[in-house]
Amino acid sequence: MNKTPTETIEHFDIVIVGHVDHGKSTVIGRLYADTGSLPDGKLEKVKAICEQQGKTFEYAFLFDALLEEQEQGITIDTARTFFTWGSRKYTIIDAPGHKEFLKNMISGASRAEGALLVIDAKEGVREQSKQHGYMLSLLGIKQITVLVNKMDLVDYREEVFRNIEKEYRAFLASLNVHPLFFCPVSALEGDNIAQKGPKMAWFDGPTVLQALHAFSKEKPKVDMALRFPVQDVYKFDGRRIIAGRINSGKLKPGDMLVFSPSNKTARVRSIEKFNCHTPPTNAFAGQSTGITLDEQIFIERGEIISTEDNIPMVSSLFRANIFWMGRKDLQKGKRYLLRLCTKEIECEVWEIHRGVNSTNLETQEAVTSIARNEVAEVTIRAKSDVAFDLYSDFDSTGRFVLVEDYDVSGGGIIMEYISDEQESFRKEARQRDIHWVKGEVKLSDRAECYGHRAAVVLLSGTDDAGKIELARKLEKKLVKEGRHAYLLDGENLRLGLDLDLSGTDSSETIRRLGEVARLLLDTGMIVITPSINFSQEDFQRIKTLIHPAPLVSIYVMEKETSSPPDCDHLLCEIRNHEAAANEITAKLKEKGILANIVGPSTFCYTI
Amino acid sequence: MDYLDVLESQSIYIFREAYKNFKNLCMLWSMGKDSTALLWLARKAFFGHVPFPLVHIDTGYKIPEMIEYRDKVAREWNLRLVIGMNKNALKEGMHPDQGRIKCCTALKTQGLKSLLEEKNYTGVIVGVRSDEEGTRSKERYFSPRDKNNEWDFRDQPPELWNQFKISFPEGTHVRVHPLLDWTELNIWEYISREKVPVIDLYFDRGGGTRYRSLGCAPCTGSIKSTATSVEDIIEELKHTTVAERAGRAQDEGRGLEVLRKEGYM
Repeated sequence: MNKTPTETIEHFDIVIVGHVDHGKSTVIGRLYADTGSLPDGKLEKVKAICEQQGKTFEYAFLFDALLEEQEQGITIDTARTFFTWGSRKYTIIDAPGHKEFLKNMISGASRAEGALLVIDAKEGVREQSKQHGYMLSLLGIKQITVLVNKMDLVDYREEVFRNIEKEYRAFLASLNVHPLFFCPVSALEGDNIAQKGPKMAWFDGPTVLQALHAFSKEKPKVDMALRFPVQDVYKFDGRRIIAGRINSGKLKPGDMLVFSPSNKTARVRSIEKFNCHTPPTNAFAGQSTGITLDEQIFIERGEIISTEDNIPMVSSLFRANIFWMGRKDLQKGKRYLLRLCTKEIECEVWEIHRGVNSTNLETQEAVTSIARNEVAEVTIRAKSDVAFDLYSDFDSTGRFVLVEDYDVSGGGIIMEYISDEQESFRKEARQRDIHWVKGEVKLSDRAECYGHRAAVVLLSGTDDAGKIELARKLEKKLVKEGRHAYLLDGENLRLGLDLDLSGTDSSETIRRLGEVARLLLDTGMIVITPSINFSQEDFQRIKTLIHPAPLVSIYVMEKETSSPPDCDHLLCEIRNHEAAANEITAKLKEKGILANIVGPSTFCYTI
Repeated sequence: MDYLDVLESQSIYIFREAYKNFKNLCMLWSMGKDSTALLWLARKAFFGHVPFPLVHIDTGYKIPEMIEYRDKVAREWNLRLVIGMNKNALKEGMHPDQGRIKCCTALKTQGLKSLLEEKNYTGVIVGVRSDEEGTRSKERYFSPRDKNNEWDFRDQPPELWNQFKISFPEGTHVRVHPLLDWTELNIWEYISREKVPVIDLYFDRGGGTRYRSLGCAPCTGSIKSTATSVEDIIEELKHTTVAERAGRAQDEGRGLEVLRKEGYM
């Protein structure tokens, strides 16, 4: 066995795919046997078992570990084996070819850096040959070498090989995939696996072993822009550590970071590491790390950290290509759980633009569902904003899975950003927040000092239900208690700030109201706003502009009969405004906006 | 990053996913080199803390030094230990003489099952590696077990792009495998690099033999070796072609596949 120390050795993950029975496991078995990579006695042991059971020995038996796999003569699930040659250690992922096990093939192939795709010389290009080629392209595996196996069955004829090469090369080209090599081999006879045999003198290309060596290692992503999804926030001891793995780029203490989609910013205070005497001076792509920040901002799992000069996209809509592996069909209009890096959010399949048959690439327009193992071009609408990238720019933040019935059921790559109704407001809020000039007093300082967080309390409801009166009483009550609250009535903006606007420009009126509220929030204030005629859209816009500060919506109704919209708290038939104001303050306490006790040092700041 | 860094980073990522997503999480610790390296990785993932209990299924036949080592490390690293034991089977005289698979099933699989049930663990971190033997090479990082603890290897859920099986129906649980990509050699190289304190049964203590894989005293054989340090072991492993678990009697024939399907680790 060829052994080189791990320190100098390069690791490479290869997946081996192709139609069922085209000889994938045999190729691997042969490769291991011919390079002396099997443990002592393994070959003899398997041969003895075969003899005992009256079966002809097959190299595939070396790796089809499950009893059932050997009985049926097929690979059911992906197996990982290790094999060292030269200065490289390969992990060979043997993927099943049977169409029922496509999800297992995908699971295996998704981790590979290069692929060997096996085609039977006698059978030629079959459904899974194409399907697997297609899946490799969707999984972003660009380095592919095609092995035309079982050349012994076609008398090692060059024309058979060339015909298959021509046909399959054209198919891959239609997917914009260009294989490194096509190699004619016979795994059974050992031709062109580890050594060139005499039987195919017409072929001057590489052996499988040489073809493996020709795969090149992906460039490290350290020089790309920073993408660092928040995996968790730990408070095991005095430190508040933001933990996660850096997908691309690097960071160091002092760097200004932007969190998306919350648009919060903070600087790196330290990089944390266990069992390390001098703290690290940087962290980079590939590392699972942890950082502390100079400011105690509330960050949740799912946010994507970047630097200010290259932020990810944010929208609730995007267009994607999805391969479906679920037991039930993928359906238009159905809700699924979307997981993109560490973000988990409910989403809806908003539109299925077309379905693609994964074995022949035929497309079908106007479909409403997609069966298992098929591919679709879809628009996804998430319940709220998601930070992401296009797959072509950043692979790890440009792909996602859909979960149904507890299981990962589909994988998708993001092809296109789609602007939603909130687009211009969101853009404004992001630019503003990222570049906001901060003083030395932090939001958390104000919150701890005041005993409450900054928040907007939006009072809406039916006419004459008393919301303006209630807003006044609420402001009075809060200030009397010693809280910092302010009644922001839109009417006052119209008297000054909005004088240049005609009465019909509601979008600009709302934008200005939102921006004024945002300023007041930065002072640590609880902003009480009675709305006159807010549409659902206006409401969303204000939310977008003040994001991520909490907005508590209170709906006031005259009678219980009318059906209220979505809100945090509902008040009906207000008789006593002070009692109603009490109800609202109780709600604010429940939501963690107001501390129970007024005054400093009693409040655990969590935004 | 060298390859050990790559392996470490992935294991830490898996640990953190498990900790975030499983309310009732535990980790199996057998005091062997793998699960001790795993324990070290947990401390790395959580910055010196181990925020879940460590479960040891004590068969009553463990090599005595293993128990001493367990209690010493638990004290020093401030670990929460949970010991499971199938006392009934032991009382009834269960012993490898009654059949190795039968004994493993009763004392390990059944011992583990009862404990999981009693404590209601929904996530169980286990230090299996895919290069150990065939069925483990087919595992997922997050591998579901049904109500009877059984592993349905015919129908495993997809796992891609580090999106794991983190949701599951009531009554089932998920086995989490952070060491799946590691080889025996990687483990030793990591132990050497990080100076992880391992039990000295792995070293030749004068008799010209050492254990390569640790289990119960009656069923674990030692190998001929004069390795007295981690570095010696690494050197030895680079030149061996003998399987690691060759000294583990329960693996013979189809033993481990049968055991694992029914819930063995």
